[in-house]
Amino acid sequence: MNETNTGSITNFDYWKSAYAGRASNLSVSEVRALFAVVSRPEVVSLAGGMPDVSELPTEGINKAYESLLSTRRDLALQYGGGQGDAKLREQIVEIMALEGINGSAEDLVVTTGSQHGLDLIADLFIDQGDVVLLESPSYVGAVGIFRHKEAEMVHLHTDSEGLNPESLQQEISRLKAIGKKVKLLYLVPSFANPSGVTIPKHRREEILSICENEGVLIVEDNPYGQLYFDEVPPDAMRSMSEQHVVYLGSFSKILSPGLRVGYVLAPPAIREKLTLANESAILSPGMFGQMLVSEYLTVNDWKQQISNYRDIYKQKRDAAIEAIDKHLPGIETTRPKGGFFLWVTMPEGIDSKAMLPLAVSELVAYTPGTAFYGNGMGKNNLRVCFSHPSVERVSIGIQRLSTVINNQIELLKTFDAE
Amino acid sequence: MRVLILAGGISPERDVSLKSGRRLSDHLSEAGVENEIREPDELLIDYLATTKPDLVWSVLHGAGGEDGSIQRLLEMLGVAYVGANSENAKSVWNKATAKTLVQNQNIQTPAWIALPKNTFKQLNAKSVLDVVSKNIGFPLITKPIEGGSAQGVNKSETAKELGKSMVEAYAYCDEVLIEKFIGGTELAITVADFGKGLEALPAVEIIADSGKFGYEERYIPGETTFYAPARLDPRISQKASETALKAHEILGLGVFGRIDLVIDQNNQPWFLEASVIPGLTETSLAPQAFTAAGWTLGDAYKAIAESAISHQSRR
Repeated sequence: MNETNTGSITNFDYWKSAYAGRASNLSVSEVRALFAVVSRPEVVSLAGGMPDVSELPTEGINKAYESLLSTRRDLALQYGGGQGDAKLREQIVEIMALEGINGSAEDLVVTTGSQHGLDLIADLFIDQGDVVLLESPSYVGAVGIFRHKEAEMVHLHTDSEGLNPESLQQEISRLKAIGKKVKLLYLVPSFANPSGVTIPKHRREEILSICENEGVLIVEDNPYGQLYFDEVPPDAMRSMSEQHVVYLGSFSKILSPGLRVGYVLAPPAIREKLTLANESAILSPGMFGQMLVSEYLTVNDWKQQISNYRDIYKQKRDAAIEAIDKHLPGIETTRPKGGFFLWVTMPEGIDSKAMLPLAVSELVAYTPGTAFYGNGMGKNNLRVCFSHPSVERVSIGIQRLSTVINNQIELLKTFDAE
Repeated sequence: MRVLILAGGISPERDVSLKSGRRLSDHLSEAGVENEIREPDELLIDYLATTKPDLVWSVLHGAGGEDGSIQRLLEMLGVAYVGANSENAKSVWNKATAKTLVQNQNIQTPAWIALPKNTFKQLNAKSVLDVVSKNIGFPLITKPIEGGSAQGVNKSETAKELGKSMVEAYAYCDEVLIEKFIGGTELAITVADFGKGLEALPAVEIIADSGKFGYEERYIPGETTFYAPARLDPRISQKASETALKAHEILGLGVFGRIDLVIDQNNQPWFLEASVIPGLTETSLAPQAFTAAGWTLGDAYKAIAESAISHQSRR
């Protein structure tokens, strides 16, 4: 008998055994591959939380760009400090004041988008197994960071008024009783991503009071607070406490995510560590992006620009709700008063992740609900983002989505696979 | 030689296609072959008609790429291309048709049934699946009858799992193939013509860490171990190569295709499916076969391209 061929062996990852344990939390999925089609013009994407930057006036951007190059060109092309551009920080103080926050530019750290700010905070506070409390559902990017930091994510009961304070208290007590370290409560209190829900003032006060008593730091993420349609949301939680709230803000939704400029407002001790961590990771946030934002705020009527955005997104929200009411009358959805998102709850048994290929073939995309949980929940939910497509295409997208959902319901009934 | 690479498209395999296109472009450039990558869009046909590339190498996966339609248009335009002609691509794209074609020529393929979604509008699903599972027997593999990259493919051990798997497969396609699971050694055998006639390249053996060679296992480096050539007794290896070559010829895959087989416990090869447009990503199977055969990828792709042009001129 001939000898068996031994063959060359490969798994295409020479360093597989060398990775840190937490690297196993980084994985590609089939869903991510499906999102590749979103860039095709035929597809109505209700998936990514993208602002409609086509509505930004070109003239205003040009003005900012020309002003920056003519006045501070060399600074913009140079390294900067780890805390961020001083002038921009002064302007951020003015923006935060719109949310009732009386902050100091000294307590601000500019970051490469607020996602980077959240990553730095998680790095500072989370050891493996520490508990992070989250809304149900919570922001997908936060879930990703906390998973990567090997936190134990605990989702709290959330209703039409957002996080339920009773649930918060019960869970903290339960977790502490079994010896867990409850470090952070991560919240998007205004027009949450993905639910669109806003926490009313009385609940904000209760949540703050519980966290103060229990020694849990609140991480308040507020990218959408200025994008209200019907009424101004309550003041930011940071306006109620300087010591117990770390506040994350962003220019990604009110201006442009391409510039990657966000910020963290934190008590001085935390701010100092964030600055050092920022320097350690990236030396300094990109000066060009920061200073372009700063010039934009200086030479343009940015408050009017945000107001224009409100009008545009309100029309899109209305189109989305109208289309859902018309085409998916039996389906439950949130009805946000601001922000970018609707949270859709479908009948039990529907798996929004498994349904996504069907949606792609119908030329519509959404984000499956499980992405917004750290524990596998949200199977029969999906997030609709109405901010980016035109009003007409939002309606078309929802109509296509209704075909997909109705087909899926029929299939599940056929195979009794619920 | 000027090669136009078609990549991207709108199928669920768009991402894979773009990766394949970029890798192919890199390697053709290494071999000194002028090339460019284009997406299929509303300008493509005019572009082809005016620029007249020497060859189109489509790595468009899914419908529109593998179903024969783009091949038919290229035939009408008189442009040479790599792979199966339009008629054969259309047949092989449908997994049940491909199985029928090879079975008719005495190549073993697992027992199967193809069920369009509409079947279940008329007949009771439970009764249908009961008949299928009793006749074929668990475990069963369900897959969309069209499409690749293992998207929508599942193994079911029970009737309850089978119902769920059917729903997942129908998310990709309106017709689902249910086939008997055959345990054994999974092989992918690339067949190519480098200018001297078709040859079967060394078989690539696939061992997924998870036990299932699904989408993640195909495209995340580190999730699957590949042996190239496969760890087989040479006689079995020879038999597998002959089977793959025969299947390739029966199906008419042209100068480049891939045949997926499983070698069962009795060392018998079973045809699973064929790929009209084999992937060329960094973790794909065909590039491993070229390397195992001693080719640099650039030289292999250049030789296939020249062979495709030569075949076109003889048509």
